Amino acid sequence: MQVDKLTGVELQYEVERLLARYVECIDDDRLEEWPDFFVDDCSYKVIPRENEDRGLPIAVIDCDSRGMLLDRIVSLRNANVYPEHVYRHLVSNVHVKGIESGEVVVQSNYAVLQTRNDGVTKIYNAGRYLDRIVVVDGGLRFKQKRVVFDTNRIETLMVRPI
Amino acid sequence: MTVTSSNAKAEIQDAEEAGHRVPYKVFTERKYFDLEQERLFRGRTWSFVALEAEVPNSGDYKSTLIGQIPVIVTRAEDGSVHVMQNRCAHRGARVCRSLRGNTPTLECVYHQWAYDLTGKLIGLPFRRGIKGKGGMPKSFDMSKHGLNQLRVETLNGVVFATFSDEVEPLQEYLGPKTVEHLGRIFNRPIKVLGDQRQYIRGNWKLYAENTRDPYHASLLHLFHATFGLYRSSQTGASLMDGKLRHSMLYSQSSSNDDARDKEVFKDARSFDSDFVLNDPSVLAGRKEFDDPITLIIMALFPNVIVQQIANTLAVRQIVTYAEDEFELVWTQFGYADDDEEMQTIRRKQSNLIGPAGFISMEDGEAVELVHGAVVRDQEQTSYIAMGGDQAADADHLVTEGAIIGFWDAYREVMELDAKYGIPE
Repeated sequence: MQVDKLTGVELQYEVERLLARYVECIDDDRLEEWPDFFVDDCSYKVIPRENEDRGLPIAVIDCDSRGMLLDRIVSLRNANVYPEHVYRHLVSNVHVKGIESGEVVVQSNYAVLQTRNDGVTKIYNAGRYLDRIVVVDGGLRFKQKRVVFDTNRIETLMVRPI
Repeated sequence: MTVTSSNAKAEIQDAEEAGHRVPYKVFTERKYFDLEQERLFRGRTWSFVALEAEVPNSGDYKSTLIGQIPVIVTRAEDGSVHVMQNRCAHRGARVCRSLRGNTPTLECVYHQWAYDLTGKLIGLPFRRGIKGKGGMPKSFDMSKHGLNQLRVETLNGVVFATFSDEVEPLQEYLGPKTVEHLGRIFNRPIKVLGDQRQYIRGNWKLYAENTRDPYHASLLHLFHATFGLYRSSQTGASLMDGKLRHSMLYSQSSSNDDARDKEVFKDARSFDSDFVLNDPSVLAGRKEFDDPITLIIMALFPNVIVQQIANTLAVRQIVTYAEDEFELVWTQFGYADDDEEMQTIRRKQSNLIGPAGFISMEDGEAVELVHGAVVRDQEQTSYIAMGGDQAADADHLVTEGAIIGFWDAYREVMELDAKYGIPE
């Protein structure tokens, strides 16, 4: 696949399919597969909007390699203590903004509903994905995923990726 | 078989065993929370409100809370820092509605009463009425209607405020050890790197205990122990100020000995030396202090923690919303003269701390685990005895002495009796 050879409709379809598979992987708790959505020298940040708007660097999760993504999952599975929960991502307004140096620039909205083992579902986190997507081995992967969240106040803790 | 009521059982334990006991009612009953707002957050204490670096320029402001009370921190034209209650002197509206910003004057949107950056009332619409009708009474005195100004003191760029006229000056309140170690961290101009907010459904004092508790740190936080950031076997100490209000626990990772630690932690769930990082660059750091301290947690009574963990520097402000709700506002910073490599180190190590931090996220869960379980049986108690049953300093990390110190100070400020009762 070459992104600049695709029609707008085809590119929109491929990007939406990538996002759908990405959130499904997290929501289905197949987290060991989650790093495979990224290239090796990726950037993945989950950053509060109040920092993004001020140009301040601190994110709550800040990974600049696929290895760091794997470590997040190894830590979640083996080390961290957190309330049992599941995520349900809703993604919308997928806007393919263009192609810059072979990278597809995409912005979309997301909301994450979280359900804990008391059965209560809450809107846990909402914001926007700022993605740069590239083709690797014929498939799309994230070169950069910048998750800018409006829900500045994180309920209890954040252990699972967004 | 004799049936013993739970209260009687607790009293029997009291008589037989050393140890400090805190009744669960102080965490869950509204009357303690209400009394805290009066005697503690608006009483004889200094609360953290800001870092001066958050309001560097004239006209900069930040809105925050002391306990439940909204306040504004401002930088006036002459460079001085002011703190005032965020409540219009007219009809009580919140004056400052943004988290932060820059403004020449503070203006209430409701009736446009305007205040200068020190909180002085400088104008209001229709004061003389319109065409001779209406207007304020002749006796109206502008100088009596400013925003309620708090006492303010700063130390090395850290801003504290108090509602009390009686509390001792800030440095005396903090005590020499605290002042010295604040000076160690705030040794030169800092740069704010960002905020993180963590909302926890539990009583804020469970977090006050947590941050005075070196015992849990290598047991709850597996990541800590495994990668040697903190282990109970490290050289370290748990110290308090003379009045037991503030605590400081520190440790030195240079004292790690993997062979010994495997033996020390052989019974613990939390030490797994087979756990390796795919990308250890998250832990890459640089020595930046003259002393061997690699972790220090200073818990300043009542509402702030100042921390250095490896190269992460942060203040954690406790904001109380209810007896079962509080927020932690983590403000991370570096130094203004950090080179590019150091900026990267701090940014990557920030994965360790905050609401998604490898070594700190569990504290949110721990507080909620306790709070959810102590909702009833209000006269039953927790049991605090590791390292002895007194609020004593320790030259090791196997202690809960600073937690007892917190409670001794809490009872004094709250004017409670020895059993945590509220005297009539």
